[in-house]
Amino acid sequence: MALLDNIPHREKAKQHRPWPRANVTDDDWRQAIDQLAAGRCTLLGLWGDAPDVHMALMAENFDDIAVLSYTCKDAQYPSVAARHPPAIRLERAIRDLFGLDAIDAPDTRSWLDLGFWSVRHPLGKRTPARKPKPYEFLPAEGEGLHQIPVGPVHAGIIEPGHFRFTANGEHVVRLEQRLGYVHKGIESLMQGATLDQAAKLAARTSGDSTVAYAFAFAQATEAALQVKVPPRALYLRALMAELERLANHFGDIGAICNDASFALMHAQTGILRERTLRAAEACFGHRLMMDAIVPGGIARDIAADGAAHVQALLTEVRRMFPRLVELYDNTASLQDRTVNTGIVKPDYVRQFGAGGYVGRASGRAFDARRTPGYAPYIDLRFDVPILDAGDVNARVWIRIREVEQSLSLIEQILNRLPAGTIQAAVKPNGKICEGLGLTEAFRGDVLIWLRLDGKGRVERCHLRDASWFQWPLLEAAIEGNIVADFPLCNKSFNCSYSGHDL
Amino acid sequence: MRKALFESFIHGPLTEPAPKPDEAGLAELANAVNRAARARLGRSLSIRHVDAGSCNGCELEIHALSNAFYDLERFGLRFVASPRHADVLTVTGPVTKNMREALLRTYNAMPDPKWVVAIGTCAVDGGLFSGSYAVAGGVKDVVPVDLHIPGCPPNPKALLAGLLALLQTAS
Repeated sequence: MALLDNIPHREKAKQHRPWPRANVTDDDWRQAIDQLAAGRCTLLGLWGDAPDVHMALMAENFDDIAVLSYTCKDAQYPSVAARHPPAIRLERAIRDLFGLDAIDAPDTRSWLDLGFWSVRHPLGKRTPARKPKPYEFLPAEGEGLHQIPVGPVHAGIIEPGHFRFTANGEHVVRLEQRLGYVHKGIESLMQGATLDQAAKLAARTSGDSTVAYAFAFAQATEAALQVKVPPRALYLRALMAELERLANHFGDIGAICNDASFALMHAQTGILRERTLRAAEACFGHRLMMDAIVPGGIARDIAADGAAHVQALLTEVRRMFPRLVELYDNTASLQDRTVNTGIVKPDYVRQFGAGGYVGRASGRAFDARRTPGYAPYIDLRFDVPILDAGDVNARVWIRIREVEQSLSLIEQILNRLPAGTIQAAVKPNGKICEGLGLTEAFRGDVLIWLRLDGKGRVERCHLRDASWFQWPLLEAAIEGNIVADFPLCNKSFNCSYSGHDL
Repeated sequence: MRKALFESFIHGPLTEPAPKPDEAGLAELANAVNRAARARLGRSLSIRHVDAGSCNGCELEIHALSNAFYDLERFGLRFVASPRHADVLTVTGPVTKNMREALLRTYNAMPDPKWVVAIGTCAVDGGLFSGSYAVAGGVKDVVPVDLHIPGCPPNPKALLAGLLALLQTAS
């Protein structure tokens, strides 16, 4: 049964693909919120498009998606967050960017607008900025509590964001994040951009997931314009996506261990990561494979000796990686830090629809490559590893298992790589049309929704990183842990700041 | 794993020969560094990094500088956690308006003499993000810059060549 069968709605948008979008009334909107609150579907995204607000939902078994559109009255819409907390930050962002208010919203503090822009509501009715109110962190009361403010500039080479810890001695009582520092206004720059420019912006939303973003952007564009991508391009996209996953998982496994002062693992996985990036460069001319995926196909074919480079990489990883896994598994002092640390409850993961290793380490069997699934993964064999301990250790093991799956996927891709062209024509069709793309980045699902104007320009594009539904769970995971374990917990999530802040 | 560790005694280091200092970088730096500073610093520089709005692509390649292939520390260059300990500030990204003040404060917290290296195409002039309501501009629009290393992102070799130019001029 289709997801929309359970949700009352008015007319469906004619040019929205591949999943439907429907306009809804007040009552319909509230009934959809009922379904979310009851856990019968998952919130996949919530974004502004003044005067409308769109809400993307995913069926309980992940196999269907629908977008509901509510037209605001007096710049207001009924709050989703009032009944379904995962929407809180999304509603705060919509207010900052569009000036659309959620009625009965549980939290009306600003989120991305930190008070430094010269305009308010840059994507809605722009008005001059006002003097910002001081930001009020949520209170924590009790004897002997103290606060530790961290950031936005952090001690390591990482992205900026602010963490406000309230601790009792060593134990964290509350963590509150404040993000938005790397907000670049990507969605505003998207408006009116050509497809070329827009694809480049999408590819720089979160650099570590540049392939996944370019892939999702291409999917959305191709869905909107009904472009059929050549099979060879689809297979090479997946090769890039799996190389990106490998590189990031190697980096993460090492970095998590390094945060437990186990530098040996960091050094060894650093070698594997570097070899992966070099193979990527040999194949596609860029270490991170930026701009290699374009709407319609891929920008350049794999180099003539590319497959040999990838084969050599597979051989080296298969030689070294099992030894590193054994080392991880047999080092008691390391396990002492990762086991039972930073536990994320399965209920939270389900409620927030957390994707990636955060979800899969806490029992949520969602991987966008599997369900709803997309080409070419539908033709490839792979397992989606699931654990239910939900701790740092489980998130490490999910990555380890996914490395193994990626190796197998890459082998299948090389063996079955179809011949033929790599690029289909992408032509504007003179009609306003909309598309939705959903890919599985190394950290979780990337959703991109766009509307094209009929002349090959973007009217509106929304990009939703997996981090939106993972960051809040980090606040819950650290509770009761000691401050010194925060770097471990944080690294095991490895949420994107840039992907979230946009 | 023990086997792998023993093997590492036999095989040579993975570390690769250093690239030549970047010529353009040397020219840009010629005016930035005076002799007194060179004498004081010797052949070692401490680097503090600030992401002022990057997509995190540049950070990935800066991280790579510390892997076995590039081994930044062999040149006396190392990343430090506090601006108080730093001689060099590396900055990535277009500077967002939300990060402008944090960048300025970090710069002001560093003791003299100090140098600023802007890393990545966005850091030059805001790149793809220039013109946005949320972007203040390139790094030079907020703090004085001594060296630019462009690229999207610059690969570790380009980063190394740029930093070696800085080291050669500064030491």
